Amino acid sequence: MAKKVALLQGNEACAYGALYAGCSFFGGYPITPSTEVAEVMSKELPKTGGKFIQMEDEIAAMASILGASLTGAKALTASSGPGISLKQELIGYACIAEIPCVIVNVMRGGPSTGMPTGPSQSDVMQAKWGTHGDHPAIALAPASCQEIFSETVRAFNLAEIYRMPVQVLLDEINGHMRERIEFPEPGDLEVVDRQQATVSPADYKPFDDSQGDIPPLASFGSEYRYHVTGLNKAADGFPTSKPELVDAEQRRQLRKIEANRAAIEKNEEYLIDDAEVIVVAYGTISRSARYAVDVLRKEGIKAGLFRPITLWPFPEQRMAELAGQAKAIVVPEMNLGQLILEVERVTRRVCPIEGIGRVDGEPITPAQIVAKVKEVL
Amino acid sequence: MAFDYEQYLRPGKLPHIWCPGCGHGIVMKGLLRAIDTCGLEKNNTAIVSGIGCASRLPGYVDFNTLHTAHGRAAAFATGIKMAKPEMDVLVVGGDGDGVAIGGNHFIHACRRNIDMTYVLLNNYIYGMTGGQFSPCTPTWAKASTTPYGNPDPIFDVPKLAIGAGATFVARTTAFHATQIDKLIAAGLRHKGMAVIEVLDDCPTAYGRRNKFRSVVDMMKRLKEIAVPVKAAAHMTPEQLEGKVLTGILHQEERPEYCEQYQQVIARAQGA
Ligand SMILES: Cc1ncc(C[n+]2csc(CCOP(=O)(O)OP(=O)(O)O)c2C)c(N)n1
Ligand code: SF4
Ligand SMILES: [Mg+2]
Repeated sequence: MAKKVALLQGNEACAYGALYAGCSFFGGYPITPSTEVAEVMSKELPKTGGKFIQMEDEIAAMASILGASLTGAKALTASSGPGISLKQELIGYACIAEIPCVIVNVMRGGPSTGMPTGPSQSDVMQAKWGTHGDHPAIALAPASCQEIFSETVRAFNLAEIYRMPVQVLLDEINGHMRERIEFPEPGDLEVVDRQQATVSPADYKPFDDSQGDIPPLASFGSEYRYHVTGLNKAADGFPTSKPELVDAEQRRQLRKIEANRAAIEKNEEYLIDDAEVIVVAYGTISRSARYAVDVLRKEGIKAGLFRPITLWPFPEQRMAELAGQAKAIVVPEMNLGQLILEVERVTRRVCPIEGIGRVDGEPITPAQIVAKVKEVL
Repeated sequence: MAFDYEQYLRPGKLPHIWCPGCGHGIVMKGLLRAIDTCGLEKNNTAIVSGIGCASRLPGYVDFNTLHTAHGRAAAFATGIKMAKPEMDVLVVGGDGDGVAIGGNHFIHACRRNIDMTYVLLNNYIYGMTGGQFSPCTPTWAKASTTPYGNPDPIFDVPKLAIGAGATFVARTTAFHATQIDKLIAAGLRHKGMAVIEVLDDCPTAYGRRNKFRSVVDMMKRLKEIAVPVKAAAHMTPEQLEGKVLTGILHQEERPEYCEQYQQVIARAQGA
C-alpha cells in the first residue's frame, strides 16, 4: 500500500513526529520561528484526546510539560531563542528530577531578540551548557523534513529511555522549509514507552539505582506515591546533602549518557572512506555541505561529509578516528564557532581545522564551503 | 477524639526544618485536617510547591508531592491537572514564591479557573533566605534588604486573586487554626481555582527585626488584625484601618478550565 505523503514544513513534520511518538501533551508559548509546532499540536492533539495548553510564558510552558510528564504523558514544548533561554531553569529541573520531555528549539539569531526570522545554529553550546550545574544533555539536529519527523520520534524515545529532557535543534530554514514527506505507518519507526515500575508501591523508590542507572519512573495518580524535588536527592527522592550520596547521584546522571553513547549517537557519513578533507556539518548547513562535497569530487578533490545527527553527546570517538585519516577538516556552521570547539577538542587538532562562521541571517552556501576546502588543502 | 495526623505524615521525614514558633506547621496541620474532611485519596492527590520554608511542606506529607522551582508551582500543577483532571491538585507556598517570582503563574492559574486549591502561606517575608522583603512585607517594615524601612506597597493577595479571576478566595490566619481547615476544605470542594491565604508568622526572619518580642506577640497581632467579613460589613472605614478581612471573601461559578478543554476535545473530534 502506498504511504501517505504530504508537503510539510519542518516544524509541521516535527509536530506530526511527536504525535507518531505518542505525545499527548503540549505546553507552549508562541515565538517565531517555532510557532507552527504549537499550531499543529493545538489542532491535532485534542483529536486524539491529548491536551494542548498555551501558558503565560516559556517557563510556565516548561513547568506544565514536566507536571504532565509526571502523570505519565509524553510531553513536548517548542520555542526559540529568548524562549529557550527562559526554559533553561526548568530544563535543569528536568535533568535533576529525571523527568522525560522533549524541547524543540527552532534556532534563530541571537543573543536576546536577535533576528526573529533569521536562521541560526548558535544554540549548540546552550543545548549542552544552558542550564546551570553539571547535567546530562541529549540534542539532535535533523536536516530534512523527513528526518525532522523521525528524529522527533527518536527524541521521545531517548527522553523516555534515559529519563531526561531531550532537545531537537531545528533552525529557521529547515523549520520553515517545505518538503515532501512520507508518513511512516505505525510500527515503521520504533516507539519506546516509559519503563514501568514493577516493585510493590511500598518498596518503590523513584531514584533507586540498584537495578541500573535509569530507575523506572512511576506516574502520579497511579498506585505509586513519591516525592520529587529539585534538590539533590537520595534514592527515595527526598533531599540529601550527604556528600557520598550527592556525588553518586551526580555521577550517575552523567553516566546515563556516557555509558550509552553507542545507543544515542547517530551520524551520517557521505563519501568519507577515502576523504582527505572532511566537512563536518549538521542540520540545514549539512545540505550545503553535501552539495559542496559533490562539487569538489567532480573537480577531483577527495572531500567527504561527516554529519552528526546527535550533537550531544558529541560523537567523539568517530570524529577522532576520521581526523586520523584527514588532511584537513572544515566546519561550516551558522554561528561564530561552536561545534568546531568540540571537533578541535576531540581530534586534538591532529590536522588543520577551519571553521566557516556565518551570522548574517543567510545560510552558508556550497560555494563558500568549496572555496574554504580549496583554501585549506 | 484527637485528630490522627500520623496517617498523613511520611514516616521518618520529621523533624521538619521549621523554626520553633514558625506558623507554617499550624497551616500544615490545618491542611491535613481539610484533606481528611474532604476524603481526598492519597494516591489521587498531588501537592505541589515552589521554593521557600513554606514550600517544604509537601516533603512531610504522604501524597504525590512535587517540590518544584521557586515560583513555578502553579505552572507545574497546571500541567498535572490538565494531563490528569481526575486528580485533586493542591499548591502550597510562601508569599514570595506565590506572588513575587511566581506572580505571573499565580494570576494566570486564577484567570483560567483551573480546578486546584492554592494555599498561600503569607508570613510577610522571604523566610528561607533570611528575611528580605517580599511583595507582602508591610510598607516601612524592616527586612534585611530594607534597612531604612520598606518603601514598597504590598500586594493584597485575595484582591489580586479575585482580580485575576479566581472563583473561590478566602483568608484566615495561623491564630485562627480551626478556620484554616474549614476554609481549605471549602476551597477543595469548590470547582475551580480556590485561593486561601493564611497569614502566619516568621519569628526568625521577620519578628525579630520588627520588634515582636515573642511568637505570642506575633500571634496576638494576627488575632487583632483579623476581622470576619460579616463583622466588617457593620464597621466604618476608620474601624477597619489596619485590619484584614477573613473568611470566604469571594465565591462565584464560572466554567472550569479542564472542563472547557473537554469541549475543545469534543469540537476537535467533531461532536
Ligand atoms: C530562582 C530563584 N531565585 C531565588 C531563590 C532564593 N530563594 C529561596 S526561597 C526564597 C524566598 C522564599 O520566600 P517565601 O516564598 O515567602 O517563603 P518562606 O520562606 O517565607 O516560607 C528565595 C528568594 C531561589 N531558590 N530560586
Ligand atoms: S525562617 Fe521563618 S518561615 Fe522559615 S522556618 Fe524559620 S520561622 Fe518559619
Ligand atoms: Mg514568606
